[in-house]
Amino acid sequence: MKKNNRIGKIPGIIGTAIFLIVIVFPFYWLIVTSVKDPADISLIPIELWPSRFSGDFYKNVFLEHHLMTYLGNSVIVAAGTMIVTILIAFPAAYAFSRINFKFKKTVKNFILVSNMFPIIAIVTPMFIIFKNMHLVNTYAGLIIPSVIITLPMSIWTLAAFIDTLPYELEESAMIDGCNRMQAVFYTVLPLSAPGIFTTAIIAFITAWNEFMFSLILVTKDAMRTVPIAISLFPGQYTVPWGDMSAASVVATIPIIIVVLIFQKKIVSGLTSGSVKG
Amino acid sequence: MKKFNSLKKSVRDNIVGYTMILPALLLLVIIGIVPIIITVSYSFQYKVLTDPLNTHFVGLENYVSLLSSKQFWEALWNTVVFAALSMGIELVVGFTGALLMNSAKKFVGVIRTAVLIPWAIPGIIIAYMFSFMFNDQLGVVNQLLQIMHFINYPVSWLTNGPAAMLAVVLADTWKQFPYISLMIFAGLQTIPKDVYEAAQIDGAGRVATFWRITLPNLKQILLIVLLFRTMGAIRIFDIIFGITGGGPANATATLLFQAYKYLFGDMNFGLGSALSTIITILILICSFVYIKVLKTDD
Repeated sequence: MKKNNRIGKIPGIIGTAIFLIVIVFPFYWLIVTSVKDPADISLIPIELWPSRFSGDFYKNVFLEHHLMTYLGNSVIVAAGTMIVTILIAFPAAYAFSRINFKFKKTVKNFILVSNMFPIIAIVTPMFIIFKNMHLVNTYAGLIIPSVIITLPMSIWTLAAFIDTLPYELEESAMIDGCNRMQAVFYTVLPLSAPGIFTTAIIAFITAWNEFMFSLILVTKDAMRTVPIAISLFPGQYTVPWGDMSAASVVATIPIIIVVLIFQKKIVSGLTSGSVKG
Repeated sequence: MKKFNSLKKSVRDNIVGYTMILPALLLLVIIGIVPIIITVSYSFQYKVLTDPLNTHFVGLENYVSLLSSKQFWEALWNTVVFAALSMGIELVVGFTGALLMNSAKKFVGVIRTAVLIPWAIPGIIIAYMFSFMFNDQLGVVNQLLQIMHFINYPVSWLTNGPAAMLAVVLADTWKQFPYISLMIFAGLQTIPKDVYEAAQIDGAGRVATFWRITLPNLKQILLIVLLFRTMGAIRIFDIIFGITGGGPANATATLLFQAYKYLFGDMNFGLGSALSTIITILILICSFVYIKVLKTDD
């Protein structure tokens, strides 16, 4: 083992480099395309590094495509989904982690299965029901379906987190005269902050990226979220690749910054809920 | 309150427990289960949105015309091809990523950062990125392949059935393998170091170690990944919507995409709901297997 330690590392480093290039290249290409001069985008051979830079595509998406409106919609829907999800998921997660009620295991498994529901089988009746309730083209009409996508995983992740907190906390609070509600509010809730935070970020990103519900439950242009708006950029005969790149960069950069800052938390959140039963 | 406290502890636990999960449960039932039941009921009706007055019960007619249509079997085949291809490639790439993270300790942070980028990008934007990269004239893929002399002329990826399928699979791979890498990496961390040392002392080579120790120890995680990806392949939508729209000539239309076309292209809610119901049943089967797999761990 020791003898070939140094040589043994070389394939690992080369492999890692190739691996990283493959992961990063599509994203690199998106950014490079977005800052090219509109005249250079159809140059052959293609410029792998732009010979001149331009902000024209960014000007287009904000002035002509009204990206600000769609960004606003996306922020409202994602933030709304995140808040509603946490408010509903925390009590449920606490109950799954701490209280022994009948059929707990079955109910918890049902919640896991509900994470897999095919949206195609939900969206059609929902479209008809929402139309009758005048929820089509409203924020509520986008937040409610988003919540059922984020809720199951949020409950599982939060329950796994609360499992790691010692039960003595609530016990001693209850001995000190708190009732259960107060005990949870003063001990478990503050200590769950990191878990809630992670769950909230993942819920926000999931809602930000949601596609099928937003595609079908919105028919008015001014209510569209960013992913839907970008998917509708292409005209009948031309695809504005540059504009789409710029809009995509604007839509992903905030998310990626958040992901980079909290990467450790996100990874633990993503892997904890699904592997451990 | 006094009355409540005088109840037996198990009764109290039931009341408190169900009160706390009630909002979540209600929401999942009302917004999740009820629409699915309605979809199942639509599947037994003639229900075409452009012909609303004619809606009536038709029994199994939608299922019969579905199973006797060419599109259904094509879509089923496409789903199987997509699932097999994407799973194979994603597992290999995902495993490579996990082993790299495990061996190149210094780079764990860098790799983890890079790996999370595809996860965070909306599927429809990934679809657009890949359809631009695979564009026949402006696409960078053709240019890179020509520079490396793999091809002499630009390939028109998205107008050729198998090539379009490959482009869709690669886009899906780019989005999904990070998650697989992270799961497998988490699993690798749980294998005790001394098992490897013991194998080394016994003279086991790298390949033997991988097959005899690494793989068996990851059995459960791999099974979960396989199930997740099977369901992912059944549920995939935005990437196909954005890259090929199911084309060319239905070559990339999976079951779910075909259902979308029936529902919101043809406005045939009866036929589309029948296909959606079949998809739901497939997903339920996978889910039950998943729960069984999780249980064996307890």
